[in-house]
Amino acid sequence: MIGLGETIAFWILGPLALAGALGMVFARNAVHSALWLAQTMLCLGALYMVQQAPFLGFVQIIVYTGAIMMLFLFVLMLVGKESVDSVVEVLRGQRVAAALAGIGLAVLLVSTLGRAFAGVTAVGLAKVNSTGGGNVANLGRSLYTDYLFPFELTSALLMTAAVGAMVLAFTERSKQGRLTQRERVEARIRGQRPSPLPGPGVFATMNSVATPALLPDGSVAPESLSELLESTGRDRLDAEVRSVVSAGADPDAHALRGPARSTPADQEGQE
Amino acid sequence: MTPTEALLVDDPLWLIIVKVVVIFVFLMVMTLFMIWMERRVVGRMQQRPGPNRVGPFGLLQSLADGLKLAFKEDIMPAMADRWVYILAPIISAITAFTAFSVIPLGGEVSIFGEHTVLQITDLPVGVLVVLACSSLGVYGIVLSGWASGSPYPLLGSLRSAAQVISYEIALGMSIVAVVLYSGSLSTADIVAAQSRQWWFVFLLFPSFAVFCVSMVGETNRAPFDLPEAESELVGGFHTEYSSLKFALFFLAEYVNMVTVSAMATTLFLGGWHAPWPLAGSALDRGWWGPLWFIGKLLAFLFVFVWLRGTLPRMRYDQFMALGWKVLVPGSLVWIVLVFAARALRGSAVTPGEILVVGGFLLVILLVVAFLLPQRQPVERTHKVTTAGSDYPLPPLDLVVPPSPPRRAAVGAGLSGTAVSGNGAPPPRQEDGHGTT
Repeated sequence: MIGLGETIAFWILGPLALAGALGMVFARNAVHSALWLAQTMLCLGALYMVQQAPFLGFVQIIVYTGAIMMLFLFVLMLVGKESVDSVVEVLRGQRVAAALAGIGLAVLLVSTLGRAFAGVTAVGLAKVNSTGGGNVANLGRSLYTDYLFPFELTSALLMTAAVGAMVLAFTERSKQGRLTQRERVEARIRGQRPSPLPGPGVFATMNSVATPALLPDGSVAPESLSELLESTGRDRLDAEVRSVVSAGADPDAHALRGPARSTPADQEGQE
Repeated sequence: MTPTEALLVDDPLWLIIVKVVVIFVFLMVMTLFMIWMERRVVGRMQQRPGPNRVGPFGLLQSLADGLKLAFKEDIMPAMADRWVYILAPIISAITAFTAFSVIPLGGEVSIFGEHTVLQITDLPVGVLVVLACSSLGVYGIVLSGWASGSPYPLLGSLRSAAQVISYEIALGMSIVAVVLYSGSLSTADIVAAQSRQWWFVFLLFPSFAVFCVSMVGETNRAPFDLPEAESELVGGFHTEYSSLKFALFFLAEYVNMVTVSAMATTLFLGGWHAPWPLAGSALDRGWWGPLWFIGKLLAFLFVFVWLRGTLPRMRYDQFMALGWKVLVPGSLVWIVLVFAARALRGSAVTPGEILVVGGFLLVILLVVAFLLPQRQPVERTHKVTTAGSDYPLPPLDLVVPPSPPRRAAVGAGLSGTAVSGNGAPPPRQEDGHGTT
């Protein structure tokens, strides 16, 4: 016997849950799939509430929809928006095997559940919910008395899985050889040069990384020279230097003007 | 069925609609008021007036801002995922409003001859409703960041997903002790339990502290506002949103603040009951309830603003370390203590015996702590002289390297070898800031 309200709720929530499941399978985008699945889980949670199991319903929403699906989403978003399913079959015959296994599971579930429903008359939770402290208290009592061992076993299993995942994922980095921030500061102050190294010279006529910076007395600051450029053979750079250097006078670090160009007026005068 | 449920069951439809509308309007007004209060209070803390042009004391400023927001252009980024982009702010706002439905605002009153309770609904699992709504509200933030199709919102939403999941664990654990003492998950029962015994803020102070810290983390407010850290992520998850969609996010944030404050009031500060000297008096029933409730609510909201005006934003790893290494283990230990206390209360164990056993355990712990080998102190070879302050000074034996003659250095450099000789500094240690 199903009440009117329950019937209405079922015919609203049932199709929604089914649509979510189908959408999850057929959605192209992985995040959309996750959202469809979240919809199915929400509908299941609401169905539990309708069937007088409010605690189960809200725990379904908090744990499955709130935490587990959120972790799925987290990973999917890290993977990226453009990721699409690979159509290459990595394992030979995998699809056929998966389809067969899926159909087998469905047949098994439908037959066993169908037999279970046919053989059992539902009494509802109304009586249990009204005696002995209500839904939550009764659930807690049976969880911590009759089902204590399976409950603890499940939590031990989950704990093992969590620790295993951490062991596999955690790469140990020794802190022994690493300097702390404070030690770095001290080493730097204690070293020869507390300040950063000087950059290359920036002048009106040139500012390439190969230009040495000048010290106040006009001499070259050796630390401003690029180690890479200085250690490269001159002949290897010749071609590139020629491609960027204009013909004419070499630019000097001290020169404020570029190489003198001949103006049209000069040319006329010469003619 | 509890008395509250019995009173609520026979509510006629018009009364339910009236309650829903009143709660909706209350949350809207609280949002407008909160924005104004936040700006005024932070302004006061920073020695400036804050908004004071629109209306008396600038009270209508947030109304004007809201109207302006509604008339702004609604922008949809080219890379956005259309439906999810629209869905996200709706989820945020709906879940924020839904959570308030189980909060008791007052006791038994009579509205037009109908006896009822100032509360929309009372479920046997009322506290879980608030948790469920906040865990669904994260979807709004996470999906908005993903659907915007740009990196900063995505970073914000990733942060938010990790943050809210972590802090929800601490939040849930802080509720356990309250549920244990009140014997119910229903919000009305928890308030009733506090009127019978002490307020839980005194009885279960560690739970209250954990709840307060994690509720700030749960609502993404400063100093835990990492998902929308404006100096790091532009605007975080709502960077790409504008107009009414942005307004919905804004609304959801403030409604969430009101909800968690109401939750803290209900769980720890006695709900709508009057404080101690007035408890049980004529001022502690009927329509006086909402007054006390809103007073406590405003105190919490002021603390939210105060935190924002005072504390800088935490670094992300520090924030996660606080959640996982301090709040969660701390509340676990506290829950075990509460369980032990309750289990021992009914038995024949006297307080003296508890103290003796506890002292014995403490002695064992201390002995073990002394027997454990100490960690070797790290050798600090480069001790820097400091004069009074902690500011490092150059070493006393500092030798300034002589400046090289210019041509020699250039010649040495261009001849194909590294700079060396007279002017070059001696090779430095590999100390992290690199060589030339």
